[in-house]
Amino acid sequence: MENLSFLIDGLLLGFVYGVAAMGLTLIWGVMNVINLAHGPIIALGSFGVYLLFSRLGMNPYLALIFTGAAGLLLGIVIYWIAINRVIEAPHLSSLLATFSVNMVIIGLGTAAFSTTPRNIDYSLGSLTFNTITIPISRIIAAVASIIFTAVLYLFLYRTTLGKYVRAVANNRAAAELMGIPSRRILALSFGLGSTLAALAGGLIATIFPFTILSGGVYELKSFVIGVLGGLGNPLGALIGGLALGLLEGIIPAFLPVTWVPVLEFALFVLILLFRPTGLFGVKK
Amino acid sequence: MNRNIILMVTLLFVLSISLTSCAPQTVETQAPQPQATQPVITEAPATTEETVMGEEKTAIIGFTASQTGKLNVESIRQINGLNLWMKQVNDSGGIKLADGSIVKFEAKYYDDESNKDRVQELYTRLATEDKADFMISPYSSGLADAAAVIAEQYEKIMITTGAASDSTYMKGYTLVYQAYTPASKYLTGALDLLMSTDPNAKKIAIVHENDKFSTDVSTALDEYAKSKGYEVVLFEGYDSGATDFAPFINKIQDAAPDAIMGGGHFQDGSTFAKQLFEKKTPVKFVALLVAPPEPSFAELGDAAIGIIGPSQWEPQAKFTAEAAQAAGLEWYGPTGEEFISAYMNAFNEEPSYHAAGGYIAGLLLQKAIEKAGALDTQSVAAALDSLDLLTFFGHLKFDTTPEAHGLQIGHSMIYIQWVSKDGNLVKEVVWPTEGATMPVIYPLR
Repeated sequence: MENLSFLIDGLLLGFVYGVAAMGLTLIWGVMNVINLAHGPIIALGSFGVYLLFSRLGMNPYLALIFTGAAGLLLGIVIYWIAINRVIEAPHLSSLLATFSVNMVIIGLGTAAFSTTPRNIDYSLGSLTFNTITIPISRIIAAVASIIFTAVLYLFLYRTTLGKYVRAVANNRAAAELMGIPSRRILALSFGLGSTLAALAGGLIATIFPFTILSGGVYELKSFVIGVLGGLGNPLGALIGGLALGLLEGIIPAFLPVTWVPVLEFALFVLILLFRPTGLFGVKK
Repeated sequence: MNRNIILMVTLLFVLSISLTSCAPQTVETQAPQPQATQPVITEAPATTEETVMGEEKTAIIGFTASQTGKLNVESIRQINGLNLWMKQVNDSGGIKLADGSIVKFEAKYYDDESNKDRVQELYTRLATEDKADFMISPYSSGLADAAAVIAEQYEKIMITTGAASDSTYMKGYTLVYQAYTPASKYLTGALDLLMSTDPNAKKIAIVHENDKFSTDVSTALDEYAKSKGYEVVLFEGYDSGATDFAPFINKIQDAAPDAIMGGGHFQDGSTFAKQLFEKKTPVKFVALLVAPPEPSFAELGDAAIGIIGPSQWEPQAKFTAEAAQAAGLEWYGPTGEEFISAYMNAFNEEPSYHAAGGYIAGLLLQKAIEKAGALDTQSVAAALDSLDLLTFFGHLKFDTTPEAHGLQIGHSMIYIQWVSKDGNLVKEVVWPTEGATMPVIYPLR
């Protein structure tokens, strides 16, 4: 009971980490591209919700829908500008391409928004169960994360477009022979990954203050989660996110909070050494 | 293959973070001009050759401001105060030196992005390329400590403001002077307040930012609390830039302290206070560093109510010429009302103690130059060493011993608490009792 607060706080946050990591792992799974612009897109998601809330007075949870749509468009634009030409090139090329996009977004974001922390001043209060108090914003973030995951799965497994995405992920050449426009599907996949990043950023903005540089922390967590759950496996990413959230929640119950990143990255190295495909990864 | 790619990605990511933090972003800015001013009260110059019209000199005051980054709220207010002083002294005709010449001031400053590495680079530039005559520290102890070594190296006098850590002044520097009450005394008064309000409260939790200033304050508080018989049930730091305080709050709830003290700077302090409120943390007394005295702390709404903060100065503080006379001190500079009025005219907001600190840094320099009658470093340093003043900011006097040269030994803190009055959130002084405007709200929850 004493440690239940730690567990619940970690678990709720873990859902949001899971959504962020799903975006990264979806892009890797479909197109074998490590998206180093993932962090800045998360931060842009935070700013999207912030701007709609602060400038237009829109409810931040409603603003998530528009932010997600903007993330989709941004991802597609990034794909056609930066990724498409290097998609067949060695991994280093796409890595550098997304790294360049990362630097461009951070540069422009810093110029536009500075690095001053922003905060969405929208409180929904808290729920109290016995001795445990949970801010409602965290509960909504977790519920929204579950909804986003369900929608992603419905899309991938219940729609024709989703079937195309899975086909391209499995075997791009075979998919093209079947008449699937693989380049457009890759662009859509990058857009979907960016949507998830932007949605995660928007949810984070409803809980914590943020800057244009804040996405880097969540991008790093997404790597750990991706490795933990298996790169290329969105459901593994969600479970990995929950596992990381639980770790972040429970470690402080026994050790100083500053130990959390130490243990997280120790776990990252251990998984790379002993199970490089991740706990739920598929061997290719 | 995958493992190699992931290792490569990790390395590239770490590299990208390093590159981002090191990216050159020098922004040379024009000092913002306050919109309205009020004549500054200046003392007669050392030499009174009233009829001699001397040549006009320009003294360059070099500093950096954290216009971006996590320290920007406090830093911009500090610079506002400094710029107000500079405009006032220039508009009132400058300072007349012993040789009859008139000195006016010009600011040279850059955005340090709240980044220590940038501070050292920029202060070196201020000393070598911009030929600054005097320096004012950046905001925060960590940045000021980084700047102080450059000032000392290039033999420039630096008045530090917004920089309370004691350790900067224990390094044998001879040209660095502190305007603020030292960090070691920041929260000890809050403990005195708790002691006086509830002698039965004996358990405190100290949660602080892991930076130089907050660690110094918290370590001093920890020692003081233990010396007074308190049990420190939690003493833990968090990384600068932390946004999730839930793990700390859970630990605090498990430890069941009577009081929570600590914090760091504005952003983390206000986030901590907000999350304490959201989690309905059952605690009687919360005192946090830096954030509560800031007027924008009120934006937290109900989460701000009852939070206590140490302040270097508050608009309600009444330091007057009469008080100076009674204490046998020299009175210098504008009254509190004059400063507040000029600041509000210029910036359309009530000054925080950071703004007052920026102003007072300039005022100290002004007084020292007037007293020295010259601009050379040795004369002005000697004048600063001998100052013992009462200003609207309070008593100011520097330690002149070799062990702690430049440490502020005259000034002391006051403590404010946020309360709701007629639907508005306002700050009230609750400690010390002689300056209190209302009794402390206790217990908090």
